Amino acid sequence: MTHPSLDTKRRNLLSGIAGGLALGLGAANVKAAPTGKPIRIGSTLSLTGPLAQTAALHRIAGESFVDIANEGAGILGRPVEWVLLDDQSKPEVTRSLYEKLLTVDKVDLVIGPYGTNSILAAMGVAQRYGKVFIQSSMGIPKLGGSYDMQFPASPFGPYPEKDYPAKILDCVASLPTPPKSVTVLTSKFPSAQFMAEGMRDVAKQRGLQVPLYLEYEFGTRDFASIAARVKDANADFLWVGALGLEGNQLLEALKKLEYSPKLHFYLYPAPGPLLAQPEAKNVLSHSFFEDHPPFSNRVGVAKLSPMYRARAVKAGVQYTQLDSQGTGTYNSFHLLASAVEATKSLDDKVLGQWLKKSTVDTVFGPLTFNGTYNHGPDRMLVKQVQNGKWVVVWPRDVAGAKLNAS
Amino acid sequence: MPSFALLCQALVSGLLAGGLYGLLGLGLSLSWGLLRLVNIAYFALAFLGAYVTYQFGSVLHQSLAVSILVILPCFFAFGVGLHWLFKRFHVGEFGSLLVTFGVAVLIESMIQWLWTADFRRFETPYGSSSFKVGSIFVPTLELAAFLTASVLAVGTWLWLSRTYVGKALRASAEDHEMAAAFGINHRSQSYVLSGLCASYAGVAGVFIALISTLAPSQIWSWLGVVFAVVIIGRLGNPIGALVAGVVIGACEGLAMAVLSPAWAPIVSFSILIGILLWQPKWL
Repeated sequence: MTHPSLDTKRRNLLSGIAGGLALGLGAANVKAAPTGKPIRIGSTLSLTGPLAQTAALHRIAGESFVDIANEGAGILGRPVEWVLLDDQSKPEVTRSLYEKLLTVDKVDLVIGPYGTNSILAAMGVAQRYGKVFIQSSMGIPKLGGSYDMQFPASPFGPYPEKDYPAKILDCVASLPTPPKSVTVLTSKFPSAQFMAEGMRDVAKQRGLQVPLYLEYEFGTRDFASIAARVKDANADFLWVGALGLEGNQLLEALKKLEYSPKLHFYLYPAPGPLLAQPEAKNVLSHSFFEDHPPFSNRVGVAKLSPMYRARAVKAGVQYTQLDSQGTGTYNSFHLLASAVEATKSLDDKVLGQWLKKSTVDTVFGPLTFNGTYNHGPDRMLVKQVQNGKWVVVWPRDVAGAKLNAS
Repeated sequence: MPSFALLCQALVSGLLAGGLYGLLGLGLSLSWGLLRLVNIAYFALAFLGAYVTYQFGSVLHQSLAVSILVILPCFFAFGVGLHWLFKRFHVGEFGSLLVTFGVAVLIESMIQWLWTADFRRFETPYGSSSFKVGSIFVPTLELAAFLTASVLAVGTWLWLSRTYVGKALRASAEDHEMAAAFGINHRSQSYVLSGLCASYAGVAGVFIALISTLAPSQIWSWLGVVFAVVIIGRLGNPIGALVAGVVIGACEGLAMAVLSPAWAPIVSFSILIGILLWQPKWL
């Protein structure tokens, strides 16, 4: 195995940053308006169905990217058009729609949909047509390992099921009274369950007790009995592989039992409703990005953040702050545009090769794609509700505030 | 092994959750059993009722009574209107399944258009309240839903078994032509029943708004368990629907406490299959 020389690495880093800056600066310094035939980028999102709440955030961020690009110099001086179709949160519909995007709509490029199952369905089509496939929400990186032109826009790292639990436990171990026992409760939604199993194993490896490991169906309506078991276990730390409003539902069920977890974490919650819940004071959660320094100083955020907020307010979205979710789709566009600008090409093979050897400056920090499953190192964060806001508390070097004990 | 307190708590939670199953199944059971119409639209109507309750309470800051006063007559009228369409186009039992599925999809789309796909939560001061009986916590709203379901189920049963209209409806469901020969005007009575069934869905919707988090796609999450409740409780039997709801709720609660929450969805269908194989006389 050969390693690229330092000069090569530096050249790749610089070319990546140049590609990224080309877009940002292009938008900042008003150049000639984009002209010519639009570059058509196709994708689906779950505009209806159970994933629609979160997909709406991805849509807002994606549309913001397109507007920012078109207000600037576009991509390669051409306007950008997003051909967006509704996959109804169904993988089988997603598969058919990506076929349509590539054969009927004849889009130039594609990006991934939202949700692991839909991403897998779309990736199969992209692979068949040899398209570069950048996605932002595949929470199980190894599933993307079968296609070498699949690139993750969200930096989970290749092994989040080990790395992230370790990071969370490091975080809570920094408290004056670190937890000695963990209850792990999770939805059976694949990416949450995958992470929960990792949490259970890493906790045991670190000598923590796991008095309760419990899985529930995605879409469970009644959390009363689950809450009773959580209360019965009474661990120092409650880790929940929750999606959407499951965290709120669990907290309400726990409140009815007059039980308040000592320290609690929710994996992929709906950020607004959890923030608003009084019982969610000091709760912890997963993040890649929050709209405060140092993250808000990153490339493109100055333009994206106000535009996203304005669009989110207009769309009637409850939580209008820019966060990890929408930023993922924005970043998919950003990576694709960076590759196109740097290579001056729409050829998928050329774009794929460039991404593999480059470092791209993004809203999630500098990203690389030369590791296992095309992932670079993980850039996952732990955020906490503090004074009515989500703020990153771990790792310490990028934290916006100190971790609060519950 | 789970503690005794945990088992009791899970049992109480399950029993009360079963009340809501019974309430949701009431309209479907009566419509299917007495009108021979399988009306899936009641699920969507219940959620429409929930969103209307949310709108009045959370956005317009009106009392719950205002929501109920608006929902009950409007839903009654909707039920009557829907039944008129069934009669007008001679929709049969299986046809009604398809038509009302379409109506439910339309209502779901309308809800999503009006309130978006975002989660909605009707926050009330009493939303998380509960009281203690011994070491067991009893959630207030779930108890209210259970009591409402019981009152409606018993009231409907009395209406069907003790009044002329109720007896006429049952006679028509048994043998339409024979009932007509005895001078029973099934047509006008069926409109009343259809309106009532839709109103029951509205009442269920009020409790769904108070207890649950709302998202348009959740309409379908109740379908399987409530269908099981309706069949187990015997079609057209309001008390049967309530009892079946409570039995399934209790079994789900115990399954969550003893086994795993992931087993809960299997419970309702396992009971349904078991009872269908058993073929008891009351089914």
